[in-house]
Amino acid sequence: MNNFEFVKPSTVEEASAALQSEGAQALGGGQTLLPTMKQRLASPETLVSLTGVEGMVGVSASDGTVTVGGTTTHAQVAAEAASAYPALAALAGQIGDPAVRNRGTIGGSLANNDPAACYPSAALGSGASISTNKRNIAADDYFQGMFETALEEDEIITSVSFPVPEAASYQKFLQPASRFALTGVFVAKFPGGVRVAVTGASNNGVFRWTEAEEALSKEFRADALMDLRINHLNMISDLHGSQEYRAHLVGVMTRRAVESAS
Amino acid sequence: MTKVTMTINGKPRSGDAEGRTLLSSFLRDELGLTGTHVGCDTSQCGACVVHVNGKAVKSCTMFAAEADGAEVDTIEGQANADGSLNVIQQAFQDYHGLQCGFCTPGMVMSAAALLKENPIPSEAEIRHYLEGNICRCTGYHNIVRAILAASGQDVPAVAAE
Ligand SMILES: Cc1cc2nc3c(=O)[nH]c(=O)nc-3n(C[C@H](O)[C@H](O)[C@H](O)COP(=O)(O)OP(=O)(O)OC[C@H]3O[C@@H](n4cnc5c(N)ncnc54)[C@H](O)[C@@H]3O)c2cc1C
Ligand code: FES
Ligand code: FES
Repeated sequence: MNNFEFVKPSTVEEASAALQSEGAQALGGGQTLLPTMKQRLASPETLVSLTGVEGMVGVSASDGTVTVGGTTTHAQVAAEAASAYPALAALAGQIGDPAVRNRGTIGGSLANNDPAACYPSAALGSGASISTNKRNIAADDYFQGMFETALEEDEIITSVSFPVPEAASYQKFLQPASRFALTGVFVAKFPGGVRVAVTGASNNGVFRWTEAEEALSKEFRADALMDLRINHLNMISDLHGSQEYRAHLVGVMTRRAVESAS
Repeated sequence: MTKVTMTINGKPRSGDAEGRTLLSSFLRDELGLTGTHVGCDTSQCGACVVHVNGKAVKSCTMFAAEADGAEVDTIEGQANADGSLNVIQQAFQDYHGLQCGFCTPGMVMSAAALLKENPIPSEAEIRHYLEGNICRCTGYHNIVRAILAASGQDVPAVAAE
């Protein structure tokens, strides 16, 4: 790994200032960035650790919204969001393994936007709002393709606010070697309609399956999806599964999510 | 280089670290604590698990500088004060929970973290908790049995999943 300068600011302002320097990059829990740096796919000159920044950690709930600080670990969300937003907590509790969950953060996961990551489906499926040091970004505008987001270079995710649905569920079909989702579906039922977000399947990263949303908004039952098929042409194909297989999994996991939504 | 200080197995220790020095390298190369093993480059094997401020983490996936000021527990601190094996280590020996021993430090540290959170785990909970610890030798059954024993439970002949 190439060397770099390590800085640990304690306020958002200091962190923003540190990120202005050439070659500076934010460090969350490091559970994606460190392996990437070991492979020299990233070689920052300065790493700005966010874990010491005040006011960016923890879970709070009020008025039907759960807000998660940008450096909150997956383990904290699994524990602290369990009563306010059980489907979100369950998703966090299935990420990777315990050691990964003790370090990895929601901000890092959403900034990275891995096409097989879990959190992007919860953010898009819940219609979350992603707050940064500059603005609030609606999840519908935030995800812009595989590893692509609306974030600017020096933008920091400070918190993520999730409207809490009446019922929701995340169903992950595990890719057991990587521990990511081979395909995962987040279904959320709101008074105004149902949202369905799919991860691990598309070459464009997380996406909403609008046909399923329409069918489920009329009738929230797994059977309402029986005649729906999703086109496989833009799906990921790799040694773990073909495009057709992933398209099939999207249907299966969506039906399971509807059946288990609570 | 900067100086990094942490409390390791209850004792203050310090040493030099570059920005890029991993906690695992700091423990092994700077402090000579080679009980923490490094089995992969991809954060997947868990041989390097230590506790930082009481939480199991992969020491290969954290910089030493991030642990500055932290309490770190490694396999070297697990034995009882008189040097005898602690209850988890003894159970690994009694139930043949190791063969080559490469994964064992990480397995024992993960098991210790599990039993702190959940003192009487079920077999399924043990298997779930060990998802980030890979063993090339044992096939896991005897590791699971060792942890059941260490938690004071009866040890059935566990069947393959
Ligand atoms: C063995 C293993 C299994 C895993 N399994 C899963 C899984 O099942 N599901 C899953 O979703 N993920 C999984 N992950 C990835 C894990 O969830 C990571 O924690 C997460 O993707 C990145 O979060 P981080 O805090 O570690 O970010 P880092 O690795 O520190 O950073 C990742 C990227 O985000 C940027 N960044 C970090 N924080 C912020 C912020 N607050 N604002 C702006 N940019 C930021 C960094 O600059 C970097 O580009 C796994 C990882 C490992 C090693
Ligand atoms: S050496 Fe740390 S996970 Fe393999
Ligand atoms: S005992 Fe050899 S790797 Fe586990």
